[in-house]
Amino acid sequence: MDALTVDRIQFAFTNVFHYLFPQLTMGLALLIVVLKTLAIRTGDAHYDEAARFWARIFGINFVVGVVTGIPMEFQFGTNWSAFSKSAGGVIGQTLAMEGVFSFFLESTFLGAFLYGEKQLGPRLHWLAAFLVFLGSWISGFFIIATNAWMQHPVGYAINADGTFGLTSLAAMLTNPWAIWQYLHNMIAAVVTGSVAMTALGAFYLLIHQFEDFGRMFVRLGVIAGLIASLLMVFPTGDGQGRNVARYQPATLAAMEGLFENHRGAPLVLIGQPDVDARKLDNPIVVPDVLSFLTYRHWKAEVQGLLEFPSDQWPDNVALLYYAYHIMVGLGTIFVGVFALAGLLLYLDRLYDTTLMLWALMLLAPFPYIATTAGWITAELGRQPWLVYGLMRTSAGKSPLVSVGSGLFTLIGFMGMYAALAVLFLFLVYLEIQRGPGGAEPASSHDALAAAN
Amino acid sequence: MALAVQSLRARTTLSPRRTETGGNTSTLWYGIVAVMFAIFAVLDGFDLGVGIVHLLIARTEAERRILLQSIGSVWDGNEVWLIAGGGTLFFAFPAAYASGFSGFYLPLIMVLWLFILRGIAVEFRNHIESPVWTPFWDVVFAGASALLALFFGAALGNVMRGVPLDANDSFFLPLWTNFRIGPEPGILDWFTIALGLASVAALTMHGALWTAMKTRGELHTRARQLASLAWTVVVLLTVMLLAILPLILPHIARRYAARPWGFIFPIAALGSLAGIRMSSRASRDPAAFLYSCAYVVTMLAAAAFGHYPYLLPSISDGQPGLTIYNAAASSHGLTIGLLWFIPGMALVGSYFLFVYRNVAERLGAKS
Repeated sequence: MDALTVDRIQFAFTNVFHYLFPQLTMGLALLIVVLKTLAIRTGDAHYDEAARFWARIFGINFVVGVVTGIPMEFQFGTNWSAFSKSAGGVIGQTLAMEGVFSFFLESTFLGAFLYGEKQLGPRLHWLAAFLVFLGSWISGFFIIATNAWMQHPVGYAINADGTFGLTSLAAMLTNPWAIWQYLHNMIAAVVTGSVAMTALGAFYLLIHQFEDFGRMFVRLGVIAGLIASLLMVFPTGDGQGRNVARYQPATLAAMEGLFENHRGAPLVLIGQPDVDARKLDNPIVVPDVLSFLTYRHWKAEVQGLLEFPSDQWPDNVALLYYAYHIMVGLGTIFVGVFALAGLLLYLDRLYDTTLMLWALMLLAPFPYIATTAGWITAELGRQPWLVYGLMRTSAGKSPLVSVGSGLFTLIGFMGMYAALAVLFLFLVYLEIQRGPGGAEPASSHDALAAAN
Repeated sequence: MALAVQSLRARTTLSPRRTETGGNTSTLWYGIVAVMFAIFAVLDGFDLGVGIVHLLIARTEAERRILLQSIGSVWDGNEVWLIAGGGTLFFAFPAAYASGFSGFYLPLIMVLWLFILRGIAVEFRNHIESPVWTPFWDVVFAGASALLALFFGAALGNVMRGVPLDANDSFFLPLWTNFRIGPEPGILDWFTIALGLASVAALTMHGALWTAMKTRGELHTRARQLASLAWTVVVLLTVMLLAILPLILPHIARRYAARPWGFIFPIAALGSLAGIRMSSRASRDPAAFLYSCAYVVTMLAAAAFGHYPYLLPSISDGQPGLTIYNAAASSHGLTIGLLWFIPGMALVGSYFLFVYRNVAERLGAKS
C-alpha cells in the first residue's frame, strides 16, 4: 500500500460517510418547509407536529453532518497539499463562499427553528425553516461548483509558477457541468428525504402505531418521491450524462463498458467488464439506445475506451462501471416503485396494500446506496485526473505525509465513524419509537426557566 | 529563481509599506483572516470554556443542563467562524494553507476528532437520561473542550515560532522531539506548551465569565470564583509571554521596533485584564465578559500585528518563509473575493440581528 492509495481511501471513506447525512438533511429541509406550509394553509396542527418530529430527526442528522463535514475542508490541506497549493486560488473561492453564504445562514436559523417556535410565531417559524432549507441548498451549490471545476475546469488561467488562478468567478459558478450536476444531486437528496419519510410512514402503518402520521408521511413521501425520481432521470440525469459524453468521453466509455467504437451503441443492462481482455462478459444489452441517449440519434457513433490512450483511462474501470450501473438501476427502480405507489394512492388503496407498504419500507437504504454509487461514478470517472486534463491525482498529494501517518488517521477515522454510526442509528431508532405528536413546541426558555 | 528568492527576502524584511500590485489587497485579506479567527476565538472560545468548566462548577444534573442550554443553540454557529476562516485562508493564501495543514498533519486530524467527539457529546447527551449515558458525555465534552483549547494555543505557538520549510515550502513536524526550540523542532516544545496552557487558562476564564453572566445562585457564585482563580493564572501567563516573546521570536521584536504604535494591542490586552477584575468586583457580569472578549481579541491582534507580513516563518537556512506576498492567490481572485465577501458579511450581520431581535431578546427579557 502506498501513501497515495491511503490518502485516496481516507478521502473516499470520510467523504462517503459524511454525505450520508447532508443528503437527508437537504431533502428533509425541503419536506419540512412543505409540512410547515401545509400547517399554515390548512390550520391542521398535525402538520406542525409532523414538522417537529422530522426536525428532531433532522437535528441528529445535522450534527453528524456538521462534525463529519469539518474534516472534508481540512483534508484538502492535510492530505492534498500539492493540489491545494495549485488550485486553492480557484476552489478556495467557492469553499470560502460556502462558509460565508451558507453555513452562517444554516446554523443561525437552525437554532431559531429548533428552539424558537414559540417566540417566532407561525410565520417567522416558517421563514426560519425556509432559510435552513435555503442555507443547506446553497451549501450544496458551492460544493458542486467546486467539484464541477475539478471535473470540467473553466474560468482559470495558469500562473507563471504553474498554479491555477481564477479569471472569472461567473464562469466558474455557471459551469455547465455544475448546473446539471447540482440539479441532479439535489433532486437525489429529495429522493433520499422522500424515501425516508415514506419508509417510516409505511413502518408506522405496518406496526399499527401513529397511523394518522403514517398515512401523512406515506402520502407526502410518495408524491414528493414520484416527482423527484422522475426529475432524477429526466432532465437532470440525462443532462449530466450528456455532460460526461461531451467533456469526459473516455469516462462515458468506461461507465458503459464500451471498449470498441460503435455506430448504434447498445445500452448495457448487465455484464462484467474484463478490462485485461478489453471486453464485456455475459452482456445483456438494448441495441442503439446509448447512441440515442447520448446524441439523440439511433445510429450515432459513440467512442469506445480503446479510442483513448490507456494512461488516460479511469484507473478502476470495473468499479466505475458497476457504480454507474448500480446508480442507474436503482434510479429506475425508484421510478417504478413510486409510480406504482402513486397509482395506488390515487385509487385510494395504498394504505391497506400491505405488500406495497412493505416494499416502501424496505426501500429505505437504497437511495443512500444510489447516491454513494453516483458520487463514486463522478469521482472514479474523473480519474486519473484530480483536475480533469490538467493535474493528475498522483501529483496532488501532500509530499511529506507518510504511509504510516496516513494509516494512523485512516484507522482513527474508521474507528470513530463506526462508533458514530452505531450511536446515530440508536438515537434515530429512539426517536422513531417515540414517534410524532405529543411534544410541545420547543423553546430554550422553557428549559432555562424550569432549570432556574 | 535565486534572484526571485533574494528579492522576496528583501521585500519581506524591508519596510512593510509597499507599492507592489496586490500588496494592499493581500494585507487586507491577512486582516480579514485574522479577524475571522479572532471572532472564532471569542465565540467558540466561550463555549469551549463552558466545556472546560462544565465538570468543575456544575455539580447536579440540573446545573449541567443549564450550562449546556446556554451554548446549545450557538456552538455550531460559533464553529462556522473556523470553517469560514479556514476557507478564507485557503483561497487567499493557498500556499500557506497547503503547507501548514499538511505539515501539522497529526495534530490537525486530532483536532478534527476532538471536534467530532465534542459536537456529538453536546448534542447526544440529552437524548437519554441514564446514569451511564449523561456522565460519559459530560466527561467527553469537558475533556475534548480542554484539549481543543490546549491545541489551539499550541497551534498559534507553532505558527509564530516558524517551521523548517524545505525548497517546496513543505514540512512535516512530529508531535514532539526534545521539547526545545532548536534545529529539530516538534509541535510541542516548551514555548508552544506554554501558549497552550495560557489558552486553556484564558478560555477557562472566558467560559466561567460567560457562565456567571448566564446563571444565578450557587452556580453563579462558583463560576465567579473559578473565573477569579483563572484570571490570576491568565495575568501571570500573559505577562510572562509578553516578556519572553520578543526574546525568542526576533521577527516579532523587529516588527514592534519598526512600528511602535503596535504596542497599543498588548497594552489594551493588559487593560482588558484590569477591566475584567474591576467589573467582576462591581458584580457587573456582562461587562466582565465583554472585557474578556476584548482580552482575547487584543491578544490575537498583538500576535497578528507582530507576525505580519508572515504567515508561516521558516526556521531553515535559506528559506524566506511564507508571507502574504509569496503565498497569496492571484490578484484577480483576491479582488473578486472582496466583491462577495463584503456583502456576504453584511448578510451574516443581518441574520444575527434577526435572531437577536426575534428570539434571543424575548428569551432575555424573561430570564
